[in-house]
Amino acid sequence: MAPLIEVKDLRFRYPDGTPALNGIDFRLYLGETVALLGANGSGKTTFVLHLNGILQGEGLVSVCGMQLSKETLPDIRRKVGLVFQEADEQLFMPTVLDDVTFGLLNLGISPEEAATQGREALARVGMEGAGGKAPYHLSAGEKRRVALAGVLVMRPEILILDEPTTYLDPPGQRNLLELLRELPQAKIVVTHSTTLALAVSQRAVFFQKGKIAGEGVTEEIIQRFQWDARQPCRGIHGG
Amino acid sequence: MHHVVLDRWSRGRSFLHHRDARAKVLALLAFLIIVATTPPGSNAAAAGYGAFLLAAALLAGLPAGGVLWRGAVVLPFSAAFAAMSLFAGDNIRAIALLEKSYLSALAVVIVVGTTPMPELLRGLESLGVPRFLLLVVQFLYRYLFVISEQAQHMRVAAGARGTASTLAVFRRWRLRAAAGAISVLFARSYSRAEGIYRAMAARGFRGHISLLAAKRFRWQDVAFLVASVVVPAAVRIALGAGGGWPR
Repeated sequence: MAPLIEVKDLRFRYPDGTPALNGIDFRLYLGETVALLGANGSGKTTFVLHLNGILQGEGLVSVCGMQLSKETLPDIRRKVGLVFQEADEQLFMPTVLDDVTFGLLNLGISPEEAATQGREALARVGMEGAGGKAPYHLSAGEKRRVALAGVLVMRPEILILDEPTTYLDPPGQRNLLELLRELPQAKIVVTHSTTLALAVSQRAVFFQKGKIAGEGVTEEIIQRFQWDARQPCRGIHGG
Repeated sequence: MHHVVLDRWSRGRSFLHHRDARAKVLALLAFLIIVATTPPGSNAAAAGYGAFLLAAALLAGLPAGGVLWRGAVVLPFSAAFAAMSLFAGDNIRAIALLEKSYLSALAVVIVVGTTPMPELLRGLESLGVPRFLLLVVQFLYRYLFVISEQAQHMRVAAGARGTASTLAVFRRWRLRAAAGAISVLFARSYSRAEGIYRAMAARGFRGHISLLAAKRFRWQDVAFLVASVVVPAAVRIALGAGGGWPR
């Protein structure tokens, strides 16, 4: 089976010369959910920003058979939906409905159709009736849901979520978990939460200093890298 | 904070709140023109305009005291020009300057306090205000809340580490800390701007923001617009120093 995402020998340095990714090889297959684990600064977020073409390093990034380039960028951005860690950065439009329809309007869909689809997406994440609200009047959990609706409305084939449980209380995390389980897309979840990783992913990839230090069944990776806060600490590696 | 209070007011449900933003902007424009062209010394007309605005504020359910207080924000600026007229011996013009600037500010406060910012910006856009200018205002308004919240958190964090002392040495230290906090806020705002651009790019942004269709202009909006132009115009004609235009 051909992978949905294929990355070969991806390398990236920030403008100040700091190396962030040092030869990443990665594959994502249809229907699977992969958790990206690793310490802060290990390169997880930098890596996923390459999958949507926001950052472009050396090496090969291929999405649904299309190699990332200037020409394929619009199509790739349509196929890869990225939900950012900071919902406040994702919700920049004056109202919730304006924000959810932002991507659709960029795709050239008519305002009327975009509004209809936007309301449907809001209903899907349990935020029906919030369309007229301003984003700054939402709670952290609501912002997270609206941010997700803004990506889901574009019907991406691959969903990438960067720290989706940040700022969420336990009920909010539970709701998000249930929602993620219902979504049919292939998913990449960047997270520090082993609970989330175990609940949604079959496979985990562990990042360390810009490299993939290990990958395999999520539970095994958590054990191997002692990535559970409840485990006794035996000299944690830096990142 | 001003923008938080006005934002709260703008979410009311009065007759005035439900009117189309375009109608309110046009009514405001007409009011400003009528006030500006009223001859100096027409104190009766100024009182009439004031009563009209007060009635609008009450109709909208806005706190009269709050509206009057917020309108006064222009007075320090107009007072400087009024003082110049006063020193030049033109008392009538000095008073007219204060009256007109205050009335104009009151009208703006009422319109902003009865129109949610997104609707106001959309209304301005459909009236032909340049999109780029409105985008700047939109982003500024949107992130004013986020940045002011961050500033608030930093203030609380600083307070928690004992910056409340009034000793001179601590006051100096607080000034340094405030300067540091401003630079941190600037750096955070810069980083947030980058994050926002990434979020926009991730959803296909290519330099142009499209918007959903504007609301329909209904007959109530037309009636409101006509009434809001006719009433102050009638005041201007009846009480504005015999209805003459300024020389």
